[in-house]
Amino acid sequence: MTETPAYDLECQGISKSFGSVRAVKDVSFNIPSGSFFSILGPSGCGKTTLMRMIAGFEEPSGGDIRIKGKSVLGTPPNRRNVKMVFQHLALFPMMNVYENIAYGLRCRGANTDEIKRRVQDVLERIALPDVGGREIHQLSGGQKQRIAIARCMVLDPDVLLLDEPLGALDLKLREAMKIELKLLQHQFNTTFIYITHDQSEALVMSDHVAIMNDGNFEQIGTPQALYHRPNTAFVAGFVGDSNRWSGKVTASDGTGGKVATGQGLTMSFTAGGGLRIGEGEAVEIFVRPEFINTVRAADAAAALGDNHMDGVVDSLLFNGANSRVLVRSGSGELIEADVTLTGDGDLAPGEAVRLSWSAQHAMCFPRSGAV
Amino acid sequence: MVGAARHVLSAKRGRVMVQKDVRRLTLILLFAPFAMWIALLIVVPHIGMVALSLREKVAPRVYEYGLGNYIDFINEPIYWNTLLRTGTMSLLVTALALLIGFPIAYYIAKIAGNRTRGALFLLCLIPLWVSDLIRAFGWILLLRETGVISTFLQWTGLISGPIEFLYNDVTVIIGLVYTVILFMIVPLVSTLDGMDDSLVEAGYNLGGSGFTVLRRIIVPYAMPGIVSGCIVVFMLTAGSYLTPILLGGKNSSWFTEQIYDQFITRFNWESGAAFGFLLLAFTSTVIWLGLKLSGQTLANTVAKS
Repeated sequence: MTETPAYDLECQGISKSFGSVRAVKDVSFNIPSGSFFSILGPSGCGKTTLMRMIAGFEEPSGGDIRIKGKSVLGTPPNRRNVKMVFQHLALFPMMNVYENIAYGLRCRGANTDEIKRRVQDVLERIALPDVGGREIHQLSGGQKQRIAIARCMVLDPDVLLLDEPLGALDLKLREAMKIELKLLQHQFNTTFIYITHDQSEALVMSDHVAIMNDGNFEQIGTPQALYHRPNTAFVAGFVGDSNRWSGKVTASDGTGGKVATGQGLTMSFTAGGGLRIGEGEAVEIFVRPEFINTVRAADAAAALGDNHMDGVVDSLLFNGANSRVLVRSGSGELIEADVTLTGDGDLAPGEAVRLSWSAQHAMCFPRSGAV
Repeated sequence: MVGAARHVLSAKRGRVMVQKDVRRLTLILLFAPFAMWIALLIVVPHIGMVALSLREKVAPRVYEYGLGNYIDFINEPIYWNTLLRTGTMSLLVTALALLIGFPIAYYIAKIAGNRTRGALFLLCLIPLWVSDLIRAFGWILLLRETGVISTFLQWTGLISGPIEFLYNDVTVIIGLVYTVILFMIVPLVSTLDGMDDSLVEAGYNLGGSGFTVLRRIIVPYAMPGIVSGCIVVFMLTAGSYLTPILLGGKNSSWFTEQIYDQFITRFNWESGAAFGFLLLAFTSTVIWLGLKLSGQTLANTVAKS
């Protein structure tokens, strides 16, 4: 008996070049068994290439991939116990649901009784026990999704890869499928690696999220950590919404201080990601809308926080509980702030307001070129 | 006021009527050439042929209606042997065209890059710009006793005397495969082109070997294209005249040659018409069988590609 490795998937220094283009640059990460791991990044950041290397469709230019502790370099895709749910699902249109699920078992050489038992079993687990005889085109979008997952899960994979499988669904169904995917992952207790460019999918479902940009992992962490304690300017800007200022540090004790923005506003800040920021550095400051407090100019005395800014309400963006107000500051920039709209005595466009936020929520990163 | 409104309404109705008439006229005009082509060149001649094939010559210029021409065909082994031989050889040509054409089509549709694809397709089409006759003579230049291949082999010393490569079944089959393979490649490329690459990848990902993926995924997906290509190729081959005659010579025993003989050499139009009908019936039966066996319908094969 060998010891069960703690990680289902380990990637060490993986890189991939297509000609002179480096799609994936020296990426390392470990995924603990039975977790839901997302790779989140803008399109073209290399996440699909990374996934195709894990599945075996591309050979890495450097580094090692280990599944359950064993290196799979040089192992063809059909010999890896890594299954994949494709972006457009790739269900076989010429086979019915039963045959689609049975395909992998037949490839393994399972006998008819076993195939029948396991297909029925997996269909029951995805709560579609009676669809075995249906053709693929008779299924709804959500059902297809579940069949695509069942087709992989019937083979008991070590790792299940999902390549933006919710992209083709409409919004309502997508919301429902997010919850369902998370439940399915719990039920099968298999490691899911989920690739997406949609941050809400990644944040809602995942135990851990890796933010990928330009072939690199910017940060790996829990959704909460990424949201509240981003390590880089890219993560701060990409995950969640932010108001962003550029400026120059005028006073600093290394972890915090004062900054003068390009618009002439002086702001207290906290250095993000445990960085040390010295005086005179060019920086970017991110403030999330929900940390900005908005009060009418008449009640300005009630505004708490280290930073203040006066402005005029430009417009209200009503979206139920997620409503926002757009405030135009004296220097002409637009600031977004979350507000609670009760339908009674709310702010109205044209009103003078005062915005305030604390230094702790003004995350500051050294400027790293265009992000 | 009311009268004016009614006037406007009736004017509108009139415009709708005119539009409807224009649309109907356009449809008739567009449809007319096609209908005339079908009626004058296909339906009418075939009715004439049926009538002709049912006539028997009992004395000079005296005819009776009967099945005599068809009975003659059954009683004379050389006739139906030729038909069977044409049928089997056409099936062989179809199978060879599929075997050779499938990898080519797969390469063009799935492996070649976008620009190469166009160039390769053009390369396949260029031979069609030259007439059948010229292409057959090309083969003759290559294969005859004093032709390129024979001379070359003598020059290298591999053979001592000239060899005649023409006038045998192998040559006829090579020539036919060469002539018809394009009609196999085109429908195959168009079906394979519509196949999402991720289907093949999913096939591998779920544990299939290269052979399993081909057998369980690629071929079933391409089935409409395969059947459509096979039908066209089989029909063209069984009905071809020039290539078997030029490359097979007197021994080719192609059924179309038999029909030609009846019409032209023996001036027996009645029997020729009967033979023509038998060929049509025979090829149609083979295609019907093929469709039944592959579980396809005409609507989703030939009509689609």
